[in-house]
Amino acid sequence: MESLTLSDVEQKYYSELFLSCDVDNTKKVASNGKVLDLFRAAQLSNEVVHQITELCGATRLGHFGRSQFYIALKLIALAQSGLPLRVESLNSVRDLPLPRFVMGKNEQEMRHAVMFADTENQGPYFPRPPGRVQAKKVSAHEMIQPCVPTVDPQPDTTSPVVSPHQSPPTSPHAWRKHKRQASGGNVDRQPSVPGVVWPHFREAQPGPVTGDGMWSAHSPPPVQESWVSFTDTPPSSTLPMHPPSAQPESTTVRTVPSAMTTNEIQRQISGYDDPWKITDEQRQYYINQFKTIQADLTGLIPGSAAKEFFTKSKLPILELSHIWELSDFDKDGALTLDEFCAAFHLVVARKNGYDLPEKLPESLMPKLIDLDDSAGVPEPAPEVGFSASPVEVTPNKSPSMPSLNQNWSELNQSNEQWETFSERSSSSQTLTQFDSNIAPADPDTAIVHPVPIRMTPSKIHMQEMELKRTGSDHTHPTSPLMAKPPELSDEAKLAATIKFPGTTVGDGYSSSDSFTSDQEPISSAVNRQRSHSGTSPEGLKVVAPPPPPPRPHASHSRSSSLDMNRNFAAVPAGPQQPGVVAFPPAVPPRPLPTQTSVPHGHRSVEGDGLPAHTSTSPHQMPEQPNFADFSQFQAFAVDQPADDGENASDSGQAERCAETTGTMKTAKNDVQSEERNATTVNSAKVSTPLAPPPKPVRRRLKSEDELRPDVEDLPQKSNVIATVLATQPSIPRSIGKDKKAIQASIRRNKETNTVLARLNSELQQQLKDLLEERISLEVQLEQLRPFSHL
Amino acid sequence: QSLCVHLNYPLYIRSVPTQGELKFHYTVHTSLDVVEEKISGVGKALADQRELYLGLLYPTEDYKVYGYVTNSKVKFVIVVDSSNTSLRDNEIRSMFRKLHNSFTDVMCNPFYNPGDPIQSKAFDSIVSTMMVQAC
Repeated sequence: MESLTLSDVEQKYYSELFLSCDVDNTKKVASNGKVLDLFRAAQLSNEVVHQITELCGATRLGHFGRSQFYIALKLIALAQSGLPLRVESLNSVRDLPLPRFVMGKNEQEMRHAVMFADTENQGPYFPRPPGRVQAKKVSAHEMIQPCVPTVDPQPDTTSPVVSPHQSPPTSPHAWRKHKRQASGGNVDRQPSVPGVVWPHFREAQPGPVTGDGMWSAHSPPPVQESWVSFTDTPPSSTLPMHPPSAQPESTTVRTVPSAMTTNEIQRQISGYDDPWKITDEQRQYYINQFKTIQADLTGLIPGSAAKEFFTKSKLPILELSHIWELSDFDKDGALTLDEFCAAFHLVVARKNGYDLPEKLPESLMPKLIDLDDSAGVPEPAPEVGFSASPVEVTPNKSPSMPSLNQNWSELNQSNEQWETFSERSSSSQTLTQFDSNIAPADPDTAIVHPVPIRMTPSKIHMQEMELKRTGSDHTHPTSPLMAKPPELSDEAKLAATIKFPGTTVGDGYSSSDSFTSDQEPISSAVNRQRSHSGTSPEGLKVVAPPPPPPRPHASHSRSSSLDMNRNFAAVPAGPQQPGVVAFPPAVPPRPLPTQTSVPHGHRSVEGDGLPAHTSTSPHQMPEQPNFADFSQFQAFAVDQPADDGENASDSGQAERCAETTGTMKTAKNDVQSEERNATTVNSAKVSTPLAPPPKPVRRRLKSEDELRPDVEDLPQKSNVIATVLATQPSIPRSIGKDKKAIQASIRRNKETNTVLARLNSELQQQLKDLLEERISLEVQLEQLRPFSHL
Repeated sequence: QSLCVHLNYPLYIRSVPTQGELKFHYTVHTSLDVVEEKISGVGKALADQRELYLGLLYPTEDYKVYGYVTNSKVKFVIVVDSSNTSLRDNEIRSMFRKLHNSFTDVMCNPFYNPGDPIQSKAFDSIVSTMMVQAC
């Protein structure tokens, strides 16, 4: 072989070329095919190529050894420069420019050629050179692999060979390996060559190539560095061409996962102006990959599947985690097609040495419309520069997204916006999370809700409720009451309780307050009833449902005739009784009161019922001691106007009752109502109040229905309380004899209500007295105070 | 001022002004006891997001410790110096909410194994932003 002396530049260049041709990694021989391709790329006629081949001795050897290759390259340079091909000239020509090879397709080739022409002594540009090849390696690869199907062998700036996740390191690494391998033959020079080459590349960096920043970022791998620098150093004259040309093309080079060698298909990551843009080819590839995981393109890839998929890329988990964070826009733990493409793209980029951006690049934002930001997100800071407009729009997303997208892209870079968005999206998640947390925490509302629906504001209801209450109060132990709880589901119970308040309100409470206050005792009464089913009332009050629902009933009840209110004033007394009757007797005295009440007929609320009441009360006494109290109250109520002493005693009882009920207010109201009733009782007939009650009475509880007839019968009963008591237990259940029982209970309830109303009034009077005393005491205290201060 | 995400062992600790992390570690650990106590006390209010308490006001280093527990027993602890006009309750709550959101975002990442130290940059950025705002 002819001796061949190469300049350093040439040396590097040639070695590089050799490496690129050294497909088989023989480190010694460049495959004929590639070499020939390379030679052809030199745009020399075939004859010349043939001649060169002969001259370099490859023909003889049958293959291109390193020396042959170098010779050939030199000859090519000669030929390109127009010099005759002579072996002698190999060493003689000093300023022989480096052989230029045109790679890639068409215009790129032309560009290359142009660039080549322009670039001189700038090191082996050919694949990379003219800025075009900013993906130097890639272009080099491309040159060596003319078969590269990629559209643009010119990776604008980012040439990192993108190897699908399955392939190990990026092509740069492969490239480097290649070189290293190739260096085997020429140890002395080889190591230096790459090193020299790289700096060369580095020098040539012009400004415009935005991708350079990215490249420069890859300091760790020297090869990449050089790649980067190389891109930066394209000849100024040629450079300008490339960026503009590069812009529209975002060629992506990707290496086939199979091999690390340059044979792999390489695509460049999108051009520098938008380094993160995904080319159509890439996108198609991504979509295909997406399909392998999730057939439905509009569907989502679950996080676990995505994890497996991307783990194959052998990136460190931390980076994968970061990629995920960037790409999972809606933070739903799953990837849509756009998200997947973005993630894949980031993986590819990472594998090619690109550092991951802090924020998702705009071009990778999942968008409803695939906006190609060819206009660019040109940021010299390659990685971080991309404004993350956190808008994710998948094809499935609503059309509103695009507009949002626009807004976001306008907003751009703000971390706050990013945060805001993530907050928004995540907040929705968290909101749901919180909501779910909150929801179960309030079972009461859940229980209460159905109640209002059930509750139909009606006078009848309210009256019935009141009656029930009173009846229940009186006859807690009665079987009807006990039967009641079983019948009542939770809702029913609530309904019942609510109804009770309703009825009480209708009975006489003109104020919603009283109504609400009734609810409590009512609920407590109901609770008691429930517990009665057990045996003794225990903590009945605890189960009281929330007051609000019954309110409307109160209004309704209020709307009911005043007569009803008055008449049912006695009923309100009923709720008092539940409070009073803390221990619902187990035995349903219903029969007794029924018997007693029926014959008695419905008496007037106050007075008439007394005797009957008393008669019945003894029956109930053992079971309902409070009833005895009520009877006393009844008597008291009758005597109230004239007997203060009784008032006192009764008030004492009333107080007890009130205490047990825990609602002074209701007591007062009861008393007041009782008072009113007392005034009107004698004159008022129960029949009148009874009449209204029947009207409103409607569906709901059968007790209500039962109450109706009971109400009608009330006027006939003289023993109100007894009747009420009788009706109460009967109200809830047993239909057979229920009517009478209900009626009796209704009467009883009314009577108790009346009594309680009176009691209430008395208590209120006492309260007033006490308040007056208190005021006087306070005044005295104040008088004394100054002295203390002194 | 510092912040810590805890799962009975610290998953994440970040402090802003002083880097006296050790001290914060100690503080956080002691506060964990109080948190545990609160959790166990209220059986049903596990979903109590707002587990806020002002305690640990040491005479020397007066700072307030706020706690927050998620449903998965992950605890967030914020320690603020009492020197700065104490943040309003709402602010603390919003901070916790943000934290929770960010934390769920981290959790959503399939590559994140629950129990690993949190190395998410997004999370870091959010935390930093928040702490800067609070300071």
